[in-house]
Amino acid sequence: MPAAAEVSQVKRGEAGRAGGDVRSDVHVTVEEHSSGGIEISLQSRVALYYGDRIRQQVLDTVRELGVEHAHLTIVDEGALPFVIGARAETALKRTGLGGSNKSLPDAIPLPPASAKDRMRRSRLYLPGNEPKYFINAGLHAPDAVILDLEDSVHHAEKDAARLLVRNALRAVDFGAAERMVRINQLPLGLTDLEEIVPQSPDLILIPKVEAVTQVAEVDAAIARIAKQFGVTRPIWLMPILESALGIENALAIATGSDRIAALTIGLEDYTADLGVVKTATGGESLYARQRVVNAAHAAHVQAIDSVYGDMADMEGLQRWGEASRAMGFEGMGCIHPMQIEVIHRAFAPSATELEKALKIVAAFEDAQAKGIGVVSLGSKMIDAPVVNRAVKLVARAKQMGLIPSSEGGRS
Amino acid sequence: MSAIATAELVTNAIGRRVPTLVNGREQTPYAGVDGHSPVGNKYGPPIRTNSDYPRNGDKRAPDLETALRLCGLRDGMTISSHHHLRNGDRVALTALETAARMGAKDLMWFPSASFPCHEPVIDLMKSGAVHHIEGSMNGPLGDFCSHGNMRGLGVLRSHGGRWQAVQDGEVHIDIAVIAAPTADFFGNADGAHGKSACGSLGFALTDSVYADRVIVVTDNLVPFPCIPWQIQGNNVDYVVEVESIGDPSKIVSGTTQITRSPDRLRISYLVAQFLRDSGIMRNGFSFQAGAGGVALAFVDYLARMMKEAGVKASFVRGGSTKYLVDMLKEGLTGYILDGQTFDLDAVRSIATDPRHVPTSPFTSYNFHGKGNFASIVDACVLGATEVDVNFNANVVTHSDGRLLHGIGGWQNCLFAGCTILAVPSFRDRIPVIVDEVTTLTGPGELIDVIATERGIAINPKRQDLLDAVKGKGMPIRTIEEIKAEVERICGGKPAKPKLGDRPVAVVKWVDGTVLDTVWQVLEDNPYSAKVAGGE
Repeated sequence: MPAAAEVSQVKRGEAGRAGGDVRSDVHVTVEEHSSGGIEISLQSRVALYYGDRIRQQVLDTVRELGVEHAHLTIVDEGALPFVIGARAETALKRTGLGGSNKSLPDAIPLPPASAKDRMRRSRLYLPGNEPKYFINAGLHAPDAVILDLEDSVHHAEKDAARLLVRNALRAVDFGAAERMVRINQLPLGLTDLEEIVPQSPDLILIPKVEAVTQVAEVDAAIARIAKQFGVTRPIWLMPILESALGIENALAIATGSDRIAALTIGLEDYTADLGVVKTATGGESLYARQRVVNAAHAAHVQAIDSVYGDMADMEGLQRWGEASRAMGFEGMGCIHPMQIEVIHRAFAPSATELEKALKIVAAFEDAQAKGIGVVSLGSKMIDAPVVNRAVKLVARAKQMGLIPSSEGGRS
Repeated sequence: MSAIATAELVTNAIGRRVPTLVNGREQTPYAGVDGHSPVGNKYGPPIRTNSDYPRNGDKRAPDLETALRLCGLRDGMTISSHHHLRNGDRVALTALETAARMGAKDLMWFPSASFPCHEPVIDLMKSGAVHHIEGSMNGPLGDFCSHGNMRGLGVLRSHGGRWQAVQDGEVHIDIAVIAAPTADFFGNADGAHGKSACGSLGFALTDSVYADRVIVVTDNLVPFPCIPWQIQGNNVDYVVEVESIGDPSKIVSGTTQITRSPDRLRISYLVAQFLRDSGIMRNGFSFQAGAGGVALAFVDYLARMMKEAGVKASFVRGGSTKYLVDMLKEGLTGYILDGQTFDLDAVRSIATDPRHVPTSPFTSYNFHGKGNFASIVDACVLGATEVDVNFNANVVTHSDGRLLHGIGGWQNCLFAGCTILAVPSFRDRIPVIVDEVTTLTGPGELIDVIATERGIAINPKRQDLLDAVKGKGMPIRTIEEIKAEVERICGGKPAKPKLGDRPVAVVKWVDGTVLDTVWQVLEDNPYSAKVAGGE
C-alpha cells in the first residue's frame, strides 16, 4: 500500500503536556513537510489574550532553528514564554529538525555570582520537567533552588527537561536563591552540561558519586564549556554520595576539585544500597552522615544533609533539622516550599548560643583594640578556635537576619 | 425576537456605560459610594388575616403543585428561592419545573444565588417557562446569559442588595419557595437540624417577610413548635412535606480543605502577617473571611498568630467553617456571626453553641437600613478575578466578559475597616492586575489592600496603613510595580477581548443603582478559571 508507506515517511515529533489537569505547560506536535512553509494551528486557554503572541513566538523559534517547512500543532494550557520556547524546540529536535541550532529566550540580568561559602541552609528541589513550579520558587526564599534533571525526570523526557531548565536559567527570576542544577549520572550528565553551563548556573550537583574520577570528569567538562562560551562566573560543585562506596571515598571526592563547595548525601539510594529501611530517626545512616560531615570539614567544604520526606510532618522536620545541625551539617534539601521556613529555623543558632558568641566576639574585638593577644571573658580565657567559631557563627547569624544591624537591617 | 429593551445608555459617576431601563423598570445610574439618597417608604406586602388560615395552625398542602396553585401561580410571576442548600438543592429546580408543568410561562426566577445543580433552568428558559433570572449566574447558566440567549437582562445583586431591592420595592416576589431542613406544620422553620441541615437560613428571611405568598418545603416535619425558628410561621402560607430537599453531601462539605498550593499559602500567610503587623489584629478586633482555600489558610495562620500574641477577637463573621469554630471553642473569638454555614463542624456548632449566631442579609449587609454589621468589621479578606491600577475590582466576570461568579456578600464587605483582596498576581498566563477591569463590581475607593504572592499593594488613599506596616519587613510594593513584573513574566500585556455592544446583565451597587453593564460575549473561550471569594 503506497499511501501507508508515504504516511510512514512523514517525520513527526512531539513534546510537552496538555489536557486533563495540566497547567502552565504546552503540547507541541511537529510534522515535517517538504514544502508549504510553516503552518501553525493553535488551541490555547489563553488564546484570547496571547494567541497572536504564541503564534509569533513559535514561528520565531522555528525560524531560529532554520526549519522552513513544517506543520506545528499547539495545545497550550497557559504556558509562559520560556516554556513554549523549550517545548517547541524539543518537538522540532525530536522530529530530527534544527540540527545543533538553538532558540534561546531573552536573558534577564543574572543575580550576583555565588560565593563558595555562601549560606546553603535550604535547597528547594524543582522537578526539571514541571514548569509550573519554577516561576514562583524564588518567592519562597530558599537559599537555593535545584533544577533537577535526574531522578524527578522520566528517562524519556531527559532532552525536554534539559531545554526547559536551560531556558529557565535564562528567563526565570529565582530571587536571591542560588541557582543549582542536578545533572544526570555520567555520561548523560555531560550532555546536560553542554546546555546548562553556558547559562551560568551557580552550582552543579553530581549524583551518585563513588569515585573522584567522576568529579574530575565533570570539572573538566565545565572548564571546557565555560571557556568556549565565555562563562567567567564561578560554577561550584556539590557531589552527592548515595552508596556505601561513595561514603567510603568521601574525603577523596570532597578534595577532588577546587570547584567543590559542599558535600551531600542521598539517603534513599544509600539505604537501598545497604538493603536497610530508611527510618524517621535515621539510625541506619548515622555513620554515613557523620562520615560526610567529617570528610567535608577535612576538605574545608560545607556538609549538607539529605531531605526529610514527610511533607505533612513539620515537627519531625524541625527535629531532624536541629539534630542535623548539631551533627555539623549546614543545611538540607526541601521537597516543598513550606519546609523552607522550618529548616531555616532549625539551622539557626539558639538565642543562648548567639548571645555567647556575641560576647566572645566583643571580647575578641576589645582585645584586638587594646593590642592584647589573649582573649578573655570574665575570668575565663578563650582559645583561638572558640573565637573563630564565634566569629563564624555571628557572621552567619547576620546573614540569617538574626542580628539587627544599625544600617537598615536585612534586605 | 429579543425582548431586551435596548434602552438608552448613560455614563454613571464612575465612568461606566449603563442602561436606564432594565426589564421594563427605570434605573438610577450609580452616583458614588454614598451618592444615592432613597426617598419614600419601604414596600409593604398585602395584609393577610388569620381568618383565611386554619385556626389549628396546620398549613400543610399535599404537594408543591397544590401549594403553587393555591398561591395563585400565573404567567409572568416572580418565584424566589435561596442557596443555603448550595449545590445540593433540589427545591428551587423542582418548584420551577412544577410551575412549568402546570403551564406557567414567562416566570422570573429570583434566586439568592444559583449553583451548577440549577443548570436545567436553561431548558425552562428555552421552553419559555422562565423568562429570565435576576440573581447570580455562573457555569452553563452564566454562559447562556453571557451569549445573549436570555430574554431579559440578568440583574446581579449583592446579598445586601437583594434585601434592599425587595425592601425598596424594586423586585416584587409573588411566591417565595423556602427549603427548610426542619419545619413544623405552621411554617416555623430552622436550618440547623435535620438530615439536610445547612445552618443559617438567613437568605430566605427577606422573602418570608416581603413575598405575597410563602411556601415552606421540608423533609423533616417536626411537631409544633419547631425550635429554634429562623423563619416565622406567621409569614408562611403553606407547608409542603417532601422526601428530600437536597443531597446532604453537596449541602455541606465534610471537611473544608486548606489549600496545599505553596503560592496560595504564601498569599494567606502574607494577609495574616499584614493584619498582625499593621496592628489591626489586637484585642477586641473583628474580621471576616470566606470559605475558599486561601481564606481558610488565612484563618489558620491568623489564629496561630493571635494565640502567640495572646489576642482575642470580639467577633468574627462567617461563612463559617471548622476553622472559625475552632477559634470559638478555643476562646479566640467571642462570637461567630454567621451568614452561611459551610461544613459539618460549623453546622453542629450553630446548632449547639449559643455564641454561634445565624444572621441575615438584613442585619449583616442591607445598605438601606440603620447601619449594618459589615461596616463594623475591622478587616475583611475577599477574592477577585481582576483588579485595576485604581484598585477597582471585578468579581462577576472573567477578563473575557463571561459571567463567572455571583457578587455574594462581596460588595457589602467592602465597607469593612480594611478590605483586603487576596489574589494570585496571574492565573495561568493571565495577569490579574489590569489597566481597567472588564466588569466593575467594587469601586477602588473602598478597596484598601491587594495581597498577591509577589507582594502587597496598599491603596495610596490609606496612608495610615502604609505608615502602620513601614519597616516591618513586609513586601509592600506599588500596584504598578507588581503589574509591570507580572506583564514581564507573562510576555506583555494581554490583548483585550472584544465584547459585543449589547447588554446581557447589569451589576447593581448596594443601594440599587446600576454600577456596570455585562456585555454580550462574542468569542468562544475555553478558559473558565475557578475563583475563590465573593460567595
